[in-house]
Amino acid sequence: MKADPKGVLTGVHFIDGDHAACEGALAAGCRFVAGYPITPSTEVVERFAQRIPHIGGTFIQMEDEIASSIAIQGAVWAGKKVMTVTSGPGLSLMMEHIGLAAIAEVPSVWVDVQRGGPSTGLPTLPAQADMMQVKWGSHGDYEIIALCPNSPQECFDLMIKAFNLAETFRVPVFFMMDEVVGHMTERVVIPEASKIELTERRWTKKKPGEYKPYETGADMVPDLVKAGDGYRIHITGLTHDERGYPVINAAAQKKLVERLINKIRLRKHELVDVRLDGVEGADVVVVSFGITSRVTGAAVEEARRKGVKVGHARLVIAWPFPSDLFADLSRKVKAFVVPELNMGQMALEVERAAAGRCAVVGVPHPGGTVHEVSVILDKIMQAAAGKKGSPALEGASR
Amino acid sequence: MSDTDTIQPVNPVLAYLRQDRLPHIWCPGCGIGSTVNCFARALTESKLDLDKVAVVSGIGCTGRVAGYMNLDSFHTTHGRAIPFATGLKLGNPDLKVVVYSGDGDLFAIGGNHFVHAARRNMDLMVVCINNGTYGMTGGQVAPTTPLGATASTMPYGNFEPSFNLPFLAEACGAVYVARWTVFHVRQVIRSMKEALGKKGFCFIEILAPCPTLYSRRNKLGDGVDQVKYYKERSVIKDGADAREAGLTFQGDIVCGKFVDRERPTWLDAMNRHYSSVIQDYQGEGHAED
Repeated sequence: MKADPKGVLTGVHFIDGDHAACEGALAAGCRFVAGYPITPSTEVVERFAQRIPHIGGTFIQMEDEIASSIAIQGAVWAGKKVMTVTSGPGLSLMMEHIGLAAIAEVPSVWVDVQRGGPSTGLPTLPAQADMMQVKWGSHGDYEIIALCPNSPQECFDLMIKAFNLAETFRVPVFFMMDEVVGHMTERVVIPEASKIELTERRWTKKKPGEYKPYETGADMVPDLVKAGDGYRIHITGLTHDERGYPVINAAAQKKLVERLINKIRLRKHELVDVRLDGVEGADVVVVSFGITSRVTGAAVEEARRKGVKVGHARLVIAWPFPSDLFADLSRKVKAFVVPELNMGQMALEVERAAAGRCAVVGVPHPGGTVHEVSVILDKIMQAAAGKKGSPALEGASR
Repeated sequence: MSDTDTIQPVNPVLAYLRQDRLPHIWCPGCGIGSTVNCFARALTESKLDLDKVAVVSGIGCTGRVAGYMNLDSFHTTHGRAIPFATGLKLGNPDLKVVVYSGDGDLFAIGGNHFVHAARRNMDLMVVCINNGTYGMTGGQVAPTTPLGATASTMPYGNFEPSFNLPFLAEACGAVYVARWTVFHVRQVIRSMKEALGKKGFCFIEILAPCPTLYSRRNKLGDGVDQVKYYKERSVIKDGADAREAGLTFQGDIVCGKFVDRERPTWLDAMNRHYSSVIQDYQGEGHAED
């Protein structure tokens, strides 16, 4: 299905990542946003609040992030495409409702414009330190999808993809921006609505009485209905059967949780989006995501000028982690170098995929600014020279 | 065979329940089931299209109500039924959305959401079954436990003052506020019917016994004994000043309808305001699909 022209601001714009993310959501058909002010994400909802009365839909500023993260789920059962937007401290408050969205299979997009933490940390400065939190933060076992834009243009383009993936897999999809990507202003081209392909919600074709809210076919994803259409659904955060009724025993838990996991893990090949540059024949491959990929680009160019065979693998979809791709690469390279604005998160995933077949060198940074190009370059040069370098989780950058 | 042999007794409430989920989990003497009976009867009398009524619960004994109602029903997270219901209502304003939950759920962990939904005059009917304790987790102290009552986490007696819920609801802006006990089944049905027919944030508190974890611990007998207390000590004062409706341990219970007023709902206020200030306003607060 094509985008509704009402929500698409076709043209060439000079806007920041936060505003571009909002435009992406509007183009993707998002018509309900609940949010709570938090730097550096607030511009996303400010723009939504300004734009939505002209398009048709609702913005509500809730009393906190806990409320925002469940108000959006209520709106999904009313039939809306939804988004909430926050940063670290707000994300921490949302954890329980990530679990609800996972177990009740609520298609939803959660924007996290990352800032330095822990706690209040660095409200106005960047980090990429919520990567593990979105993967593991809510209790219990579940799977999510996370995308990492590195420019305002990608904040628009990947937001469409985020909404489409939410509909396809019925999981919470995380949009992992950071303060720099959110606040940098660049050229953003928004195409015509007819050029934007959207994934329609999986509406059931069954009639009330025949329909079971959690009955699935081969793709492991159930079809949806909305409240008010006569289906008289029951939805719960308890472990449930195909009818949506609570069943508190190990067999029901096994059936449900294994499906919630498998609908992503067994279909992860559909969720690989890694942008590869010069990886063939490389001795060293730098693995990066988000804003760090742009600094990495400069370091890679510099290393190539110095004659090093270095490739660059940029994670656009970080979760599920493309472990097969990195396992393959680990057989061909000397080392992975993993710069990130945290003290070692995605580097651990790279290390796990490499499984000791090659070195994995972390380039940790606690955030507040981006890496110096020279820091990444030094690690590339050391890795190319076969120096052991720092393990993925080193104590501090030296 | 005579005609009388073929007559099957039909419980008029059964049609409102998910019969494939019965029996329910509630203890003998618990008051929650009686309120569900009242709710079903109020739904009948309201003549609402039941396909357009949704019930949302939090977590706890009363939180299980949503699971038994044969309506679109949502059993959400602890304390968050109101913000979920807010999203559901704003996503489809044609729905009548009822929040049905307990005192701990709505006023301890969920207190902030109650305060703000009432302030906004969100178009929700909120039913609070107040048994003065956390039943499902074993009888801990609640923000509604009367001073002096004993709870598993107040083993020497409760020294925290309790909420006066009607006063709180009125102060926050609710347009309809009533309190009854499970003894007052006809009045509960009437209040529920009135709230089902009213726009805006409507609040009904219903006192209900928890014989297993409140009455027994406090040596108050069984469920019937507690209902006798409700009968003997309830004082019906419609229009009473909610400030004077505070509850004490086994003391008088001021019941009645305290508030019935008009105020624009959140959606009405938004639509009216945007219609006046935004020329191309795409009204009604929701997209026309």
